[in-house]
Amino acid sequence: MISRPLTRRAAIGAGLAGAGVLALAGCTGGQDRRPARQGGMVRVAGHAASTSDTLDPAKGSTTLDYVRHHMLYSGLSCFEDDTLKPSLSLARAMETDDRITWHIDLHRGVRFHDGSELTSQDVVHSLLRHKNPELGSKVAAVAEQFAEVRSDGRYGVVIRLTTANADLPALLAVSHMLIVKAGQERPDGTGSGPFRLEDFVPAVHTILVRNGEYWIPDRPKLERVELIAIPDEVSRVNALLSGDVHMINAVNPRSVRRIHADPAFQTMITPSSLFTNLVMRQDSMPTGNPDFVQAVKLMLDRPLINRAIFSDYAAIANDQPIAPFQPYYNPNIPQTLLDTDKARWHVQRSGLTGVRLPVYCSTAATGSVDMASILQEYGSRVGLNFAVNRMPADGYWSTHWMRHPMTFGNTNPRPTADLMFSLFFASSADLNESGWKNERFDQLLLEARASGDEALRGELYGEMQQLIHDHCGVAIPVFMSFIDGYDRRLKGLRSVPLGAFGGYRFAEYAWWDD
Amino acid sequence: MAGAASSRSAWSGVVPLILYRVGAALLTLFLVSVVVFTVSGLLPGDAAQEILGQSATPEQVEALREEMGLNRPAVTRYFEWLVSIVSGDPGMSYVANMPVREIIADRLPNTLKLAGITALISVAIALTIGVVSAINRGGRIDRVLNVVTLSLVATPEFLVATLAVLLFSVTLLWLPSIALVQADATWGEMLRSLALPILSLTSVVVAQMARMTRAAVADQLDRPYVEMARLKGVPFSRIVLFHVMPNAIGPVVNAMALSLSYLFGGALIVETIFNYPGLASLMVNAVTSRDMPLLQSCAMIFCGTYLAMMLVADVIAILANPRLRA
Repeated sequence: MISRPLTRRAAIGAGLAGAGVLALAGCTGGQDRRPARQGGMVRVAGHAASTSDTLDPAKGSTTLDYVRHHMLYSGLSCFEDDTLKPSLSLARAMETDDRITWHIDLHRGVRFHDGSELTSQDVVHSLLRHKNPELGSKVAAVAEQFAEVRSDGRYGVVIRLTTANADLPALLAVSHMLIVKAGQERPDGTGSGPFRLEDFVPAVHTILVRNGEYWIPDRPKLERVELIAIPDEVSRVNALLSGDVHMINAVNPRSVRRIHADPAFQTMITPSSLFTNLVMRQDSMPTGNPDFVQAVKLMLDRPLINRAIFSDYAAIANDQPIAPFQPYYNPNIPQTLLDTDKARWHVQRSGLTGVRLPVYCSTAATGSVDMASILQEYGSRVGLNFAVNRMPADGYWSTHWMRHPMTFGNTNPRPTADLMFSLFFASSADLNESGWKNERFDQLLLEARASGDEALRGELYGEMQQLIHDHCGVAIPVFMSFIDGYDRRLKGLRSVPLGAFGGYRFAEYAWWDD
Repeated sequence: MAGAASSRSAWSGVVPLILYRVGAALLTLFLVSVVVFTVSGLLPGDAAQEILGQSATPEQVEALREEMGLNRPAVTRYFEWLVSIVSGDPGMSYVANMPVREIIADRLPNTLKLAGITALISVAIALTIGVVSAINRGGRIDRVLNVVTLSLVATPEFLVATLAVLLFSVTLLWLPSIALVQADATWGEMLRSLALPILSLTSVVVAQMARMTRAAVADQLDRPYVEMARLKGVPFSRIVLFHVMPNAIGPVVNAMALSLSYLFGGALIVETIFNYPGLASLMVNAVTSRDMPLLQSCAMIFCGTYLAMMLVADVIAILANPRLRA
């Protein structure tokens, strides 16, 4: 045990008593060398808001929801940097021997905004409410793994899972799992987070002020943050450049140069595992033909997609969902390259030359309309006749996605490889986009989830990536980056590859330098 | 005495009209609500799917549908809504967990403010342009005003708005690029933040009204009574204001009512570009989130406003022109 290098994850998994202290040290360390000043009022514009904006972490569905929730509430664990390894937060220790039963020890003296102390009751309430079907929690599928959550004294919580899962600390770090006050069926913003709620009008704005009694000393720095949404990208960039807002997300790659033209502004480009993929249903023909799938993967001009659609602000992907910067990425899978001759051979072998194939795309899946056109062009070179059907964004996910043999999907980053695989690739998953079934994959998934041995997990996840790359009916051409634009006076930002606005948690560290 | 009698007879012609129109308006509102409900029922997906989003499982969607009562027949849901709206309560929003009344109460003042200020400014400008160019028909001023108004009619508002933002906000840094609504803003601050939306909307509606005014006034100026008045030596300004205007007011007021009801519900593009929380964007939001009670209420407000505006325009036309009272 001592001879093995002590990573944070290993420490948590092995259940060392010192794990909490070690991880929390990572939690409080800043990256900026210059002294951070307190004060400053900033206005931040996200790309979407609606009347369904919520104060309930379980129901968060937009970038601004996640940002708002992270400002108001604290979680048991958190993601602090681009390693995507979870650090401890409200939990000062998370211990387990078998990765089934987890003992959590909470920080003492953490207070909600109304002055009451955060105890194990609040944690039990917050975790168990996801299992209530009437709530409509976004992480209900994850919460199904909780066989039991009970309090063990005032500051102890015991979570018993249905099956072993070494990733629990990461699963508890997402915004949906933030801790709300016990007894609140509809959370009203009273959390233990770095900001207090001053005003909240769904679809209009959220105003938050600094919580002077935040339980992590010296945070936050900003005095007041206003969150608004500007859905139109041009208007959003204009608002930044005219000084009306100080940070924006979802900058179009084509607008980056415009922001850089003014020395007062900068962009933060966060590589991510966000992707738009072509889904080929395995349960219908001709998309279920392995030769067809192989041909499509071979005729994707990935560098062209990266350059033409994303102005090179994307990373070439290899038809599997784990991005190069993520833990457990398998670098040994050979990159699929454009090879029209080989693709033509596969097409001929499948006997599909000249067959008309409808492809469904929509602006709802970022970049898919352009990708479909590129696919059509290369398809004609290898003898495939793709018909591009452009569908309206409204209702695309419920009526078209996965409902035709060839559609485009769009998948946001997930905090762990296990979550990505179990939500989108396991044979029994509802969202298994291509209807791909592979026994070996399912077996590896359970084995890797339960294992506490990091090296073994790396091997298993590596093989699973190979399986998806070789056999699964999805083609993933590139991983897109999150592009945020900000006023240079806003300092202390760090990029976390889970989402825009520094993994939705910029307000925790940011400070204003006049 | 004579004035009192004539005004009494004027109103006696108008009151039945108003009663008839209110009755017709109620029927229209009912039909509109049926159409909106039916058409929105044809849209793919429902509120439960929209709330749970892309990665929802069928079981989750079914559970939420049950909880929200969306699995009951559409006719039942429609009549429930109808009964509650008739009793004066538009019900709860499906997605916002708030009464529709509160959501609309937040947005309505914003729309009224923007539409009201724009109306004041654009009516004044439109009347001036219309009358001036009618008087100078065929002259240089008329030609210049014609070119200006016609090009404004032809320019889409998103172009006017975007160019105005680039010039006044990004380059000159004079005005804010987004219209923020702050509870404690003074009138000056409010006007400053609304300046660009008002400018964009004004340029759209002014042209229409000015063209109509010009046509109506020019038509009257050709009439024999104008010539008679001139021969009698009545000052020209008096002829225009007291002889011509009352006769021309009918079509002018009608054009204004149309433009103003557009300001109420059609300001969507301007609301989007300037991120202004008005009713039009609320309605679009209700459509995309399949929030039926909210959508229906917005439709009722827009339709009701339109009908009310047309009624007011007709009443003004009748009061101004006794020949229409028959």
